[in-house]
Amino acid sequence: MHRVALRAGAWASGVTLGLGGLIVLGSRNLAHFDAALVAYTFAILFATFGLTYRYVVWLQRPPTRLYWRRGWQAFLSRGLHPRRFLRGVGRFTSDIVMNRFIFRRDRLRGVAHLCIMWGTLLAAAITFPLVFGWLHFAPVPGDLTQYRVVVFGFPTFAFPSASLFGFILFHGLVWASFLVIIGVMLAMRRRMRDGGAASLQRFAEDFLPLFLLFAVSVTGLMLTVSYTWLKGRGYDFIAVLHAITVIATFLWLPFGKLFHIFQRPAQLGVGLYKDLGHDGPHAACRRCGAAFTSLAHVNDLIGVTRELGYDYGVDDPRIEHYQWICPPCRRATLALAQSRAWADVRGGVTLVAASPDATAPLSPTPRHANPGRGEGPLGVEDATNFHP
Amino acid sequence: MPVPTDLHFYIDPARCIGCNACVQGCSECESHKGQSMIQLDFIDTLRSPQTVPVVCMHCDSPTCAEVCPADAIKRTEDGVVLSARKPRCIACNNCVLACPFGVPKMNTDMGLMMKCDLCYDRTSVGKKPMCASVCPSQALFYGTREEIERLRPRSTPVSTFQFGRQTITTRVRMMVPREAPPHLSALDGLRDPGIGHEVSDDVFATHARWEE
Repeated sequence: MHRVALRAGAWASGVTLGLGGLIVLGSRNLAHFDAALVAYTFAILFATFGLTYRYVVWLQRPPTRLYWRRGWQAFLSRGLHPRRFLRGVGRFTSDIVMNRFIFRRDRLRGVAHLCIMWGTLLAAAITFPLVFGWLHFAPVPGDLTQYRVVVFGFPTFAFPSASLFGFILFHGLVWASFLVIIGVMLAMRRRMRDGGAASLQRFAEDFLPLFLLFAVSVTGLMLTVSYTWLKGRGYDFIAVLHAITVIATFLWLPFGKLFHIFQRPAQLGVGLYKDLGHDGPHAACRRCGAAFTSLAHVNDLIGVTRELGYDYGVDDPRIEHYQWICPPCRRATLALAQSRAWADVRGGVTLVAASPDATAPLSPTPRHANPGRGEGPLGVEDATNFHP
Repeated sequence: MPVPTDLHFYIDPARCIGCNACVQGCSECESHKGQSMIQLDFIDTLRSPQTVPVVCMHCDSPTCAEVCPADAIKRTEDGVVLSARKPRCIACNNCVLACPFGVPKMNTDMGLMMKCDLCYDRTSVGKKPMCASVCPSQALFYGTREEIERLRPRSTPVSTFQFGRQTITTRVRMMVPREAPPHLSALDGLRDPGIGHEVSDDVFATHARWEE
């Protein structure tokens, strides 16, 4: 653990210092850095340290480390063939950009997540560069109706400040707040009405992030209300309140549910690993003979379970390891072991003789008693008993 | 509210009649509406009517949770291993392949592992799990130790299972003969075919005696 902590600490320090360096660089030696936002900057730097530390610790877990390595190996070994590249883009768009897998879980949940995700991403895309001094707006000399966007100290395009484009751009955080508030309301509705969610949800894990996002969005909107319609009344107080909510969210970011933002891309590595598993050699169950996963996955899992302290090794040379038994056969063998225990007590003769052929499968693959989707198998992987 | 410590789940595959009531009952659970977490299998469709109902055994040291790269499977303080947390699960199949009991299911479309969570929405408020409340043969039973001992005087529950060299202890217990060893080894059944109903056994044994 000590070595893990040291490595994580080193990575976290390096990434945080790197971000600090980029802030100095991007704001041109802090020339465009807004000193009023310094508290936000330090909160983000703290969050960066915490997130990197947790991410590196997470990657040290044997199964995570293995998937990380295998994901990259799969990506690099296959190269950027156009068809595979397009499939990767499609997977990224479907899973990450559009959250389609969440919509399949529950439509309301999907809408809520999409609103919250794009609201927070939009807010981060606006806020971070502004806080770091990487982005600022400068009036165009000689034409005070125009603003020029300066990114990382480099002047880019100019636009009329009183235009519709300017209105939309300057109120970007307002639109982001609307999205987040809609998402939070839908999520809260589900959490308060759904009996299943009610039994499993925890305050710190499930409600706190919603409260924090709601507080950030509402206090942010109050700032706009104050300077737009109330002549700035209460602005200082609301600004402090908003800063507290934002900073609290950043400080909490590495410890709670929102860490999944940084875990989720691992799904793409899993997709690559599954593709490789489909195309590569398969592992056959040593009871029924059916292919149930990729050979690589079985070998990887044997290694991971061993590393975790499990020993599912079997002395029978025909089996070698319990990992070589497919899931349906595992379910059957325990019931058969119970039957054997009763037979040992009551007596009786086995009706079916074992095959004399030493290489023949010991038994056929057990089948779902109810093969209807959702009842027996939940998906194609269950239905085909193939889990690449 | 934690699951009461005196209530336990007892599973007795030998009593299963394959009626599918548990499958239907399970799919009515609120935490996974319309989808059954019960694994109900025919062991050998051609040669045996034997069926096996499998619920999560809720291991004390769950292999599924340990091999999860996303840290998505959590065990509650009262010993219930919950289904994968939705924000974290990356549908890698590690848990499906690592569980020695063959319990987890993979919902491919949703990109989500789903499994029995002991109807935590019910058991945590003192109710029975759906499957145990509808099982007509009591192959799936939820109650106190005294109740099960009164109902099955010839059986005893075991919660220790052997998979090769690995010993796994569980919250859910399996009923075995009183004379059986205090743990059940899965490998004992590895080479056995589905034996069907014990009546058939007896008939065969009687027939064999006649031949003698």
